[in-house]
Amino acid sequence: MSPIAAPDQINPGIDDVIADSERHHHGNDPIADQTMVINMGPQHPSTHGVLRLVLEIDGETVVSLAPDIGYLHTGIEKTCEAKFYQQVVPLTDRIDYLSPMTNNTAYALAVEKLLDLEIPAKAQWLRVLFNELMRINSHLVWLGTHAMDIGALTVFLYCFREREQLLRIFEAVSGQRMMTSYIRIGGVSLEPPLGLFESIQTFLKDFPSKIDEYESLLTGNPIWIKRLKGVGYISSADAIALGVSGPPLRAAGIDFDVRRDMPYSSYEKFQFKVPVSTDSDVWARYVLRLEEMRESVKICQQALDGMPEGRIVADAPKIILPDREQMKTQMESLIHHFKIVTEGFAVPAGEATSSVEAAHGMMNYYVVSDGTAKPYRVHMRNADFANLQALETMCKGQLLADVVAVIGSIDIVLGAIDR
Amino acid sequence: MDPTILGTQAVVEALPEEPAVKALSGIASDAKYDRNELTVTVPRESLISASKAIRNAGYNYLEDVTAVDWYPSEPRFQVVYHFLSFSLKRRLRIVVRLAGDDASLDSITPNWPAANFYEREVFDLFGIHFGGHPYLRRLMMPEDWQGHPLRKDYPVEGYR
Repeated sequence: MSPIAAPDQINPGIDDVIADSERHHHGNDPIADQTMVINMGPQHPSTHGVLRLVLEIDGETVVSLAPDIGYLHTGIEKTCEAKFYQQVVPLTDRIDYLSPMTNNTAYALAVEKLLDLEIPAKAQWLRVLFNELMRINSHLVWLGTHAMDIGALTVFLYCFREREQLLRIFEAVSGQRMMTSYIRIGGVSLEPPLGLFESIQTFLKDFPSKIDEYESLLTGNPIWIKRLKGVGYISSADAIALGVSGPPLRAAGIDFDVRRDMPYSSYEKFQFKVPVSTDSDVWARYVLRLEEMRESVKICQQALDGMPEGRIVADAPKIILPDREQMKTQMESLIHHFKIVTEGFAVPAGEATSSVEAAHGMMNYYVVSDGTAKPYRVHMRNADFANLQALETMCKGQLLADVVAVIGSIDIVLGAIDR
Repeated sequence: MDPTILGTQAVVEALPEEPAVKALSGIASDAKYDRNELTVTVPRESLISASKAIRNAGYNYLEDVTAVDWYPSEPRFQVVYHFLSFSLKRRLRIVVRLAGDDASLDSITPNWPAANFYEREVFDLFGIHFGGHPYLRRLMMPEDWQGHPLRKDYPVEGYR
């Protein structure tokens, strides 16, 4: 049985927090022995978007806490049901907007499972390469904003300096800095331009020294250590029970990484370490993410070194848009193009779940097909949503100021939570 | 692609070593092994016992809870639970079918705290009632919202 068995120990709702506060009042003295309910967000700068928290505090200590989400709900799952399969790809960019290609990959894997498509090696390698660059991109935003929340403003500018290089790489390969839609059903959308691999190589060569630079600003800093060490503890049993995944789960001592344990897109052919810690505090998550960035650099290097030759899309003319050159010379290709754009392509009926290790944790796509050209149901499982449930367990008994550090350490993106 | 294995009996014969199949073979009303994914359908009444049985079988992590609306066919709703086993490195899908006029089932949140937000989300967007949930309120939509947006009879655009 899980340690959090009784329902009243589970993350309560807002009304519970307020009721608890009233129950905790004793005596007639309005100041002594009282707890207070305060509202944090949705326009609070350290909630990384539009997260609202209702906190019950006793002095400066958090007694209980309830997140209120939904401010960014745009009904993406409903919208997906009204689009062709290939039209859903740009929507997935906007879910976890710090790692759009990871979203694309997860969605493409689920649909490819339904279609039973064989993806060429080069496309798989490109997917691995850009998934890892996305992880670095997402972790850079995390480090910058997390450090800024805690008061180390300089790191933010350093992180965004490197992120700018990455965004230029994404722009070079897909034409877009953020909403890339680069990874499509059946492969990737474009052949990488000349000189792209060289610029990635330059980035990879410099980046480890940049991580050292962040560490020199933070790791030995006594304020940083005091704010992070021993804060936001969660036991490994609680982490599993609450569905935590990604770096917070590995920081709690659970050695599970989808890339290594349930490999997708040829990850089994890459050598990398999965950093694990047992301290399970904000500090452990910080160290672990920095370590992950170093590992990502190694994976990218392997992907560049071993990049296979060949096609970048699967051989399925009825599903994949034809080459522009062929379209202008072959009637068949023109017909396929017209049919795919106007009618989409039918996907065999069934259901499929894909799972990838995103920067924030396990990202699953559950796609149900009824045999038509539009998905019957698309459900996204984002790590952020489940990780947020663990916020209360991590924050209970801590100081109010530490809540900001803990929110930073679970690295949430509200776009992925509210969808 | 491996052919789809349909029916409880066929799945039990095809996967005799799978701990989830062993644990659920007495409870399951239907089973499917398709695209290397195991799906077990259980009756509404035995969801709680099924969720306990698979925990003993090694599936210790609840990934998500969601639903599919098969309107206008009956049984209308399909509530889907995804479980993961860290030790087996395998995923299991448990499905409960519900009639449209009686869309309610027991909450697994007391046993699986991770289901808390997911069940609230399904309640909010599909209008499926989870009995025994500690705080069954709307999660995504405003408290005073009318209707359940992910139902198939709810329009994608325009006025309700």
